[in-house]
Amino acid sequence: MNRPALRAARRPRLGDAALWLATGLATLLVLAVLVVILVDVIRHGTPRLTLGFLTQAPKDGMMAGGIFPAIFGTVALVLLMTLAALPAGVATAIYLHEYADPTALPTRLVRIAVNNLAGVPSIVFGLFGLGFFVQFAGGTIDKLFFGGEKFYGQPALVWAALTMAILTLPVVIVATEEALSAVPSDVRMASAALGATKFQTITRVVLPQAVPGILTGGILAVSRGAGEVAPLLFTGAAYFLPKLPHTLHDQFMQLGYHVYVLATQSPDVDATRPLLYATVLVLLALTFALNASAVFVRSRMRKRIASRA
Amino acid sequence: MSTTVATSPSLDAPTGNLTVNDLSVYYGGKKALGPVNMNIPGKQVTALIGPSGCGKSTFLRSLNRMNELIPGCRVEGSVKLDDEPVYGPAVDAVAVRRRIGMVFQKSNPFPKSIFDNVAYGLRIGGMNGRSELGGRVETALRHAALWDEVKDRLDESALGLSGGQQQRLCIARALAVEPDVILMDEPASALDPIATAHIEELIHELAQRYTVVIVTHNMQQAARVSHHTAFFYMGDLIEFDRTPVIFTKPSQSKTEDYITGRFG
Repeated sequence: MNRPALRAARRPRLGDAALWLATGLATLLVLAVLVVILVDVIRHGTPRLTLGFLTQAPKDGMMAGGIFPAIFGTVALVLLMTLAALPAGVATAIYLHEYADPTALPTRLVRIAVNNLAGVPSIVFGLFGLGFFVQFAGGTIDKLFFGGEKFYGQPALVWAALTMAILTLPVVIVATEEALSAVPSDVRMASAALGATKFQTITRVVLPQAVPGILTGGILAVSRGAGEVAPLLFTGAAYFLPKLPHTLHDQFMQLGYHVYVLATQSPDVDATRPLLYATVLVLLALTFALNASAVFVRSRMRKRIASRA
Repeated sequence: MSTTVATSPSLDAPTGNLTVNDLSVYYGGKKALGPVNMNIPGKQVTALIGPSGCGKSTFLRSLNRMNELIPGCRVEGSVKLDDEPVYGPAVDAVAVRRRIGMVFQKSNPFPKSIFDNVAYGLRIGGMNGRSELGGRVETALRHAALWDEVKDRLDESALGLSGGQQQRLCIARALAVEPDVILMDEPASALDPIATAHIEELIHELAQRYTVVIVTHNMQQAARVSHHTAFFYMGDLIEFDRTPVIFTKPSQSKTEDYITGRFG
């Protein structure tokens, strides 16, 4: 048998080098894009980012003033969306993971549906929201309770929030299912062996351990929702409003949509540009902060589960 | 092939007898065990031995219906705890598990405090008062020979205990609901010799109050702790007798081959 000598001349390995170079360059490119975006937005956005910008309404045809109504609308939208998406998503995930027979056809269909829901273009959600929520649900409410007068049968905060909730549902479901899978089966067994019902095991052992993961899903959904614009175009976001929304059937301003408005609808693009940059900066900061908190929560959960081993 | 031990009936016959009749277990249509016939005597220690995959753990899990949590598992035959059936359309598996507790191979405390771990079974049973719970928790921890080591830190996380302490905590947790039978699935296999000795001593004491059925890979352990020993091989109960008989003059050649280390 031919044994290689340990001190044989070291040959350069071409494949290794090429792969190292290619993957390294790709990584660099991705980083570079991110850095360019951030540097550009921060450099041009910071000068205009004052306390007044954050607390005032737009003035003079969007060319002065601040973006407070858009921040307020975004927060209101995201809160309502979470209120709708989190319970529905968590409940669905618990059913799929804990109760449904994973091999049964209906379960597999629901899973396929959830995965496909995540792949539907967001503008389609917008059209769905317009057709189902605004026209059908809202129209019906108006007919039944308001004698046909238009209250809910028009784009509104509540319909935009529900549309967004459906959009973010897959995120919540997938994250919750992952959190439930991460709960070790031995504590489920321990609970069952002590005479716990399935319900008791889920509520007292499984869910408490899954909460960090579920929260991660909630935050990811929120950050996704905070950045989406397309679903709002037909369901409730407004170009400009003189006052803040104060009922569920009011329209609202939203940061992402405001960016679109500033970028395309301004009479004087150059005059609006600093405002546009500052608005983008606020939107980015909001989304990054939400993502960062999701990562933080998840790493704490991992530590907690690792400490069990 | 199956064998039973003749237990002489007497007026103060201990309770907690398990009677197994024609018990077979299938995983996804494939037979894993049986049919097994066996009378497990109350308030004694019965050891289940045999090579890996022989069905002893499957048998143990079928005694308190834990195998129902495994998808595709099917059980035929009957198990009786004293005169009550363990299987049957009118029998609640949850109630069965309150009477027949279980301790697992790997200690599996909940990520809760020591107190909350032991109180878990009582709380899900509806007990609430801290003083009432406190008494039962203390008793359980004493019976599990853990009280002196943890009495000053009942509110600390159970995950901070050593491996041996965690396993005794799991035993205390099982004892707290005052079952009739305790099933143990290789409870000391992940522990060091000193912790193992603790557990074995404990098993001896438990037999005064409980029926104990223990699966073990360690034949010295079976010889040390049990009154009766059952030898399983390839899904069948080969021999079941008093422990000294199994280890000195087994009637089956397979049993002798196994305990003398010729296979397994």
